[in-house]
Amino acid sequence: MAPQHQTGSYLIRGASILGGPAEDLLIRNGVIAARGTDPATEDGATVIDAHGLVALPGMVDIHTHLREPGREDAETVETGTRAAALGGYTAVHAMANSNPVADTAGVVEQVFSLGRTAGWADVRPVGAVTVGLAGEQLAELGAMADSRARVRVFSDDGICVSDPVLMRRALEYVKAFDGVVAQHAQEPRLTAGAQMNEGAVSAVLGLAGWPAVAEESIIARDVLLAQHVGSRLHVCHVSTAGSVEIIRWAKSRGINVTAEVTPHHLWLTDELVRSYDPVYKVNPPLRTDEDVQALRAALADGTIDVIGTDHAPHPSEHKECEWAQAAMGMTGLETALSVVQHTMIETGLMGWADFARVTSTAPAAIGRVEDQGRPLEAGEPANVILVDAAARWSVDPSKMATMGRNSPFAGRELPGKVMATFLHGHPTVLDGALNTPYRWDAADTAGRP
Amino acid sequence: MRHLLSTGDLSRADAIRILDTAEEMSAVGDREVKKLPALRGRTVVNLFFEDSTRTRISFEAAAKRLSADVINFAAKGSSVSKGESLKDTAQTLAAMGADAVVIRHWASGAPHRLAATDWIDAGVINAGDGTHEHPTQALLDAFTMRRHWSKLAGIPSTGADLTGMSVAIAGDVLHSRVARSNVWLLRTLGAQVTLVAPPTLLPIGVEHWPCTVSYDLDQTLAGGVDAMMMLRVQGERMNASFFPTTREYSRRWGFDDNRLRALDTLGLKDTIIMHPGPMNRGLEISSAAADSPRSTVLAQVRNGVSVRMAALYLLLSGDTRESVPTHSKESH
Repeated sequence: MAPQHQTGSYLIRGASILGGPAEDLLIRNGVIAARGTDPATEDGATVIDAHGLVALPGMVDIHTHLREPGREDAETVETGTRAAALGGYTAVHAMANSNPVADTAGVVEQVFSLGRTAGWADVRPVGAVTVGLAGEQLAELGAMADSRARVRVFSDDGICVSDPVLMRRALEYVKAFDGVVAQHAQEPRLTAGAQMNEGAVSAVLGLAGWPAVAEESIIARDVLLAQHVGSRLHVCHVSTAGSVEIIRWAKSRGINVTAEVTPHHLWLTDELVRSYDPVYKVNPPLRTDEDVQALRAALADGTIDVIGTDHAPHPSEHKECEWAQAAMGMTGLETALSVVQHTMIETGLMGWADFARVTSTAPAAIGRVEDQGRPLEAGEPANVILVDAAARWSVDPSKMATMGRNSPFAGRELPGKVMATFLHGHPTVLDGALNTPYRWDAADTAGRP
Repeated sequence: MRHLLSTGDLSRADAIRILDTAEEMSAVGDREVKKLPALRGRTVVNLFFEDSTRTRISFEAAAKRLSADVINFAAKGSSVSKGESLKDTAQTLAAMGADAVVIRHWASGAPHRLAATDWIDAGVINAGDGTHEHPTQALLDAFTMRRHWSKLAGIPSTGADLTGMSVAIAGDVLHSRVARSNVWLLRTLGAQVTLVAPPTLLPIGVEHWPCTVSYDLDQTLAGGVDAMMMLRVQGERMNASFFPTTREYSRRWGFDDNRLRALDTLGLKDTIIMHPGPMNRGLEISSAAADSPRSTVLAQVRNGVSVRMAALYLLLSGDTRESVPTHSKESH
C-alpha cells in the first residue's frame, strides 16, 4: 500500500493522461490527491507545466539485471535504478543471477535493502527457482516469499529450468504463496554452443545456430505443465513467431500463462549480426523480421502481456572481443519507452493506454506489486511519469546512467523522452534529468512485514 | 583492396584481378631467383590463433617472395585462456607497425572485428575464421580450376572465368569455411556448384545459397562434374551424431575407389579431384583417388603461394588497378 510520507505537493498542469485530453494531477504526500480539468489549487504546491506531455503510470520492469551483488563492475543497484528512473521505471524486478545467486532469503533481502537505500525505484528481487541456478534442487522459495523482499517472481533466468519434473514441482510449489515461475525457455541440448538465430544469416556467417524450436518446445511443454497443475507461468523474453502461436493457443485454452517481449526483439533482427559486432549478441538471439512482426502483433492483441527490458549491462571488455567470446545481453532501461513508442505507437499498433497496460499495469499484476501499475486516479499511489512524446534524441551510451555501454541502439535517433518520474509522490526525475532519490522513512527501512 | 575478409565481397572483376595477378606471381616461382622487391620494407604479421602450419607457411613464403618482413605470431588457444584479448593483441601489432595482418582464428568473424574496429589500421587478410570463410583457399581453388578449364578450352587462363564449369563440393559443409568461400566465389566466376553432404552436415538456410544441394554423391557424379572437391571430415563429428559411423560416411559420401572408377565409366575423363588438405585418406578420399592423375592436391598447394602473393600485393601495393611491376616483361 502507498506509504504515507511527507514527500511534498506537486501540481501537474495540463498533462495528457494516457494520451487523453489535458488534465491536472495534484500529488500530495505520496498519493494522487486530485485529478481533473478544473484547475486544482494547492497552497505551496510546486507547479509543473505538463502541457504537451503524456502522463502515464510509472513503468514496471518484470525483467532487469542489476548485477549486484557480485558484478559491481557491470552495474550496481544504485546505477541500475538511476537508469530505471530516467527510463520512466518506478519498479524493477531484479533477476536472480547475481553472485551469490539470489536463492536465499538473505540475498533477496540484501538486494531489497540496496534498492531501498538507493531510492530511485522499487526493487523487487526475483528469487532463483533452483539452488545456484544449477537446475538440480529447489531453492527455499517459501523463505524468499516470506522475507522482507516478499518475492513473488521466481526465475533461473539466463538458464532454463529444463528438467520437466523440477519445473512441474516449482510451478506447483509457488501456488502456496501466489508466486509465479518466470521461465527462460531454452532447451539446453538444442542450443549447446549456440551463437545466433539459426537461419539464413547464421548459415552464411558460420555461427552456431540457435533454433527457434529450442524456445518453442520448452514453452509448449511448460504451458501444458501449467495447465496440468493449475499454476501460473510467465514466459520470459518471447522471441519467435512460433512461440507466439503456442502462447495464443494456451491462452485460448484458459491456461494461466503470461508472456513478455523485450524492446529489442520488437525491432532488431539477425541481419545486424552480419557486422559480427557483439553489441548485437543477446539471449534469446535477435530473430528475423517475420518474428519481429509477429511479436508486435502479439503485443498489440494481448497474446504477449508485457514489455520486459532484460536490461543486461556488461563491462566493455566483455563486448570488445570476438563474437564467440562476447557476453550475451543489451542494456534497455533507458531506451525501452522510446523503442516501444517507435515500434508500437508510431506504427499505429497501440495507443498510450495500451502502453500503460503492457509497461505498468500488467507487469505489476504479474509480480504482485500492489502499489504499482495503478490507475492515475485520486487516492492512488503517485507513481507517475511525464513523457514528451514529440521529443527526438540520439542514443549515446556514454551518457547513460547505467554502467553498461552495450546499447544496440547507439547512434539511432529515437522518439519520446521521460521528462519527470514520480516515485511514491517524489520526483526522482525532473526536467529530463535525475533529481533526488526517494527517502524511505526509518521505520520503513527497518522493515515492513 | 583494403581487406580480404570474404569472397562474398569480391566482384567478378575483383576476383579475376586477383587470379590474373596470381598468374603473374606464379611465374616468379618458376624463376631461379624466386623473389620480387614489391613489398620491401613492409611488415606482414601472421597472427594465428589456431594451428595451421600449411596455411601459415604458405603465407610466409608468399610474403617473403615479395620481400616483405614477416612476423609469425602464434597465439595458441583462446585469447581468454591466454589472458590477452584480441583487442590488446591487435593494438600491440599496430604499435609494432604491422602493415598487413594475416589472421587465422577459431572464432567466426574475428577478422571482421579487426577490420571494423579502430584497434589496428593494417589491412586484414582472413586466413580462415571458425566455420565462416577461408577466402584465399577458395581463390587458390578457383585458380586451379581456371587453369584446368582454360586448358580444356584452349584459351589462356588470364582474364578467363569459370563459366560453364560444373563443380561438386562434398563433405561437412556445415562446419566448412572452405565450402562457404568457394560457393560465393565460384558462383561469381560463373561456375555451377552442387553441394553434396548428409543432411546433418548442411546448414539450415542452405536453400538460400546460390547452388544446388544433393544428398547423393553417385547421382551428382552421374550428372556430370568437372571438378570434384572433397572436404575434410573431422572424426569428432561422429560423436555428435552427425553420422552413424565413419565407415557409413565413407561409403555414402567418400570419394572411394568405386567412384574413381565410375568417373571413367561415366566418360568424365577430364574431371579433376580436389582437396584443400589435410586429407583423411580412407575417410573422405581414398588413396587411389588422392594419388591419381586427376588429383590436383599438390597443384593447389603450389598455387596457394601465388594466390597469397597476389592478395598481399594487391592489399599493400596501394594501386590496385595496375599489374605487377618489374617482372612481367622478363618472365614470360
